[in-house]
Amino acid sequence: MSDLEQFRGETREWLEANCPAQMRTPMNRETDACWGGRNWVFQSEDQKIWLERMAAKGWTAPSWPKEYGGAGLSRAEAKILGQEMKRIGARPALLSFGIWMLGPALLKFGSDAQKMRYLPEICRGEIRWCQGYSEPNAGSDLASLATKCEDISDSGGDHFLVNGSKVWTSYADESDWIFCLVRTDASGKKHHGISFVLFDMQSEGVSTKPIKLISGRSPFCETFFDDVKVPKENLVGERDKGWSIAKYLLTHEREMIGDSGNLKPVAQMVAEMGITPDAGLQAKITELTIDEWAFSQTMSRMLAEAKAGASLGAKSSMLKYYGTELNKRRYEVMMDAAGTDGLEWESERSNDGDLARKWLRTKGNSIEGGTSEIQLNIIAKHILQLPGA
Amino acid sequence: MALLLTDDEKMLQESAEGFFADKAPVSQLRALRDERDATGFSKALWANMAEMGFTGVLVPEDQDGVDMGFMAAGLIAEQMGRNLSASPFLSTSVLAVTALKQAGAEHAAKLLPQIVNGKILIALAVDEAGKHDPDNIALTARPSGNGFKLSGKKSMVVDGHKADQIIVAARTDEGLTLFIVPGDAGGLETERTIMVDSRNAARMVFDDVEVTGEQVLGDVGKGADMLNTVLNAGRAVLAAEMLGASAQVFELTNEYLKERKQFGRIIGEFQALQHRLAHLYCEIELARTSVLAALTALDNNPKSAGPFVSMAKAKLGSVAKLAALESVQLHGGMGMTDELDIGLYLKRIRVAQELFGDSDYHIAKLNK
Repeated sequence: MSDLEQFRGETREWLEANCPAQMRTPMNRETDACWGGRNWVFQSEDQKIWLERMAAKGWTAPSWPKEYGGAGLSRAEAKILGQEMKRIGARPALLSFGIWMLGPALLKFGSDAQKMRYLPEICRGEIRWCQGYSEPNAGSDLASLATKCEDISDSGGDHFLVNGSKVWTSYADESDWIFCLVRTDASGKKHHGISFVLFDMQSEGVSTKPIKLISGRSPFCETFFDDVKVPKENLVGERDKGWSIAKYLLTHEREMIGDSGNLKPVAQMVAEMGITPDAGLQAKITELTIDEWAFSQTMSRMLAEAKAGASLGAKSSMLKYYGTELNKRRYEVMMDAAGTDGLEWESERSNDGDLARKWLRTKGNSIEGGTSEIQLNIIAKHILQLPGA
Repeated sequence: MALLLTDDEKMLQESAEGFFADKAPVSQLRALRDERDATGFSKALWANMAEMGFTGVLVPEDQDGVDMGFMAAGLIAEQMGRNLSASPFLSTSVLAVTALKQAGAEHAAKLLPQIVNGKILIALAVDEAGKHDPDNIALTARPSGNGFKLSGKKSMVVDGHKADQIIVAARTDEGLTLFIVPGDAGGLETERTIMVDSRNAARMVFDDVEVTGEQVLGDVGKGADMLNTVLNAGRAVLAAEMLGASAQVFELTNEYLKERKQFGRIIGEFQALQHRLAHLYCEIELARTSVLAALTALDNNPKSAGPFVSMAKAKLGSVAKLAALESVQLHGGMGMTDELDIGLYLKRIRVAQELFGDSDYHIAKLNK
């Protein structure tokens, strides 16, 4: 038996023994899996146990080094773990921007002290992070961000002073800490003078205000900083050179947003609705099925082609662009399939308008994390090498 | 499925890349067309392909082939697509070989080595009308003496006008049956049809063409499954050819956008054009994956590969069309000229897209 087969066997056995039955049932809401942090209220004892067991195993961030709370798994092993969890329908033990976004950036750019301080508690789900990137006047043109971060050492402080505001901060009102892009130098070109800092959302001067979306839900906030004191040791990487960290993190975010590998195929979802499609709808479903298949296989091919541990670079823009546009198409077809049943907004029957709200939510997929147009710009510049892009 | 090439496949890919660019570039097709060549492909090229082992890529080693599988056949076809190389590779080395491998030891032993050494051409006669419809074949084989008489017509028989033997799909009382018939059989009338892509096909009329029981491939009435496998091999290889053609026009267009100037600027600076090409790039990447996945599925098990082949043929049908149309438009007026190669790609893609089922056909097939 190869090492990988043995790993699969052991993983299967461990999951069978340790994944609570309730954690193997489908998720209906985002909160059906744990998001962690100081304010998290576990929905059940099983949810808590599942997190604790997975974290103890290092499997909430399986490919991170063991010293930082991961399990040091190879890409192949991590993939097997994912497959085995999917096999028994296990919910994720922890959903976390810390794991998906901040962690990879800290592993690459953070100091040893920062890694030791933040990564293990991210793995254990003890800290919930939000991302301070976009600003009211810095959306697609992110590098023009203006949130001011001053060094006030001269006046005797050992900290920075942050003033400004962020927008589209996911779950800012529920998060413990923020990783934030700030302007430390406004005198030069816009890509210079950006720094990457971390701070506690309970710091004095931080306030948040939820933004209500067309889905009726508020996953995003406006976030305001008014003379927020940030200890200098919370600067990640070099001062004024945070843009490279920001871009690296965005690449990870794109791979994540583009990942429709775990999405339920549209054909299956339509079947579960108990709908028998007519010929026109059936053709649309099949066309989508082909693209779902081609896309998820492309994802695996690109990961297999990239050298172990290497980033996909500009190709992540392709996955982000195609994956999010595909997801919008999926929900359009599902709305077509559901007909007027899919238009119900408030009822138990519709699980509080679940389909309609999800359909509306997908409209943001091709906007957040860099719009489709920005992704096409990146492809044109870095892959097609077109001038002036 | 990781869809990564093995070292052997990478070597083959490289040698095919150099070979077709050198021996069968687009200028060759252009010359064949302009000279109204009677054969429609270069015989010297076919002899070279035999020397390279390409003719026998699907033939078992004990019949002189190299037996590298469908992935390898696809890699060869992809390079032919890039160069618009005209050859009987699809008809003889893919369709006929796949049929003969299922036809019983005698046919295989007799014909496969001759295919490998480039001595015979064999065409497949399946379609009878404008749209691909192998489930409703009308050409009949009536029992007659110890054999049958074939009556009916066929169209779009690729390389049919030059084939030494024709594999014919015919209806018998027992069900669909495949026969192998000499190209010069009595009662068989062949009309060469020059197609929009300047390549050859033929229309055939069978008027009581007599065949013996020995000319049956496999068993009487058992032809449908065989034919399905043969067609799937052809579809996947055509998808690979379309991938090559798409990638080539995409690259030509990418280069053109870096050269052409208007309004005092390189037109590739215009975002409206950049986004169209960037979108095409994404579609071609997905198309590449579907071709690799379909060829892999065929190599794993030809009998269960059908849905994957249909998905790939449907995907390539639409992506290759998009590639051709975008390339014409982005080349502007030049894209409309016969001087530029873009139009030749547009034409070949249209044929490959239609042959053995377009996107609509395969979507309908998947729906069943």
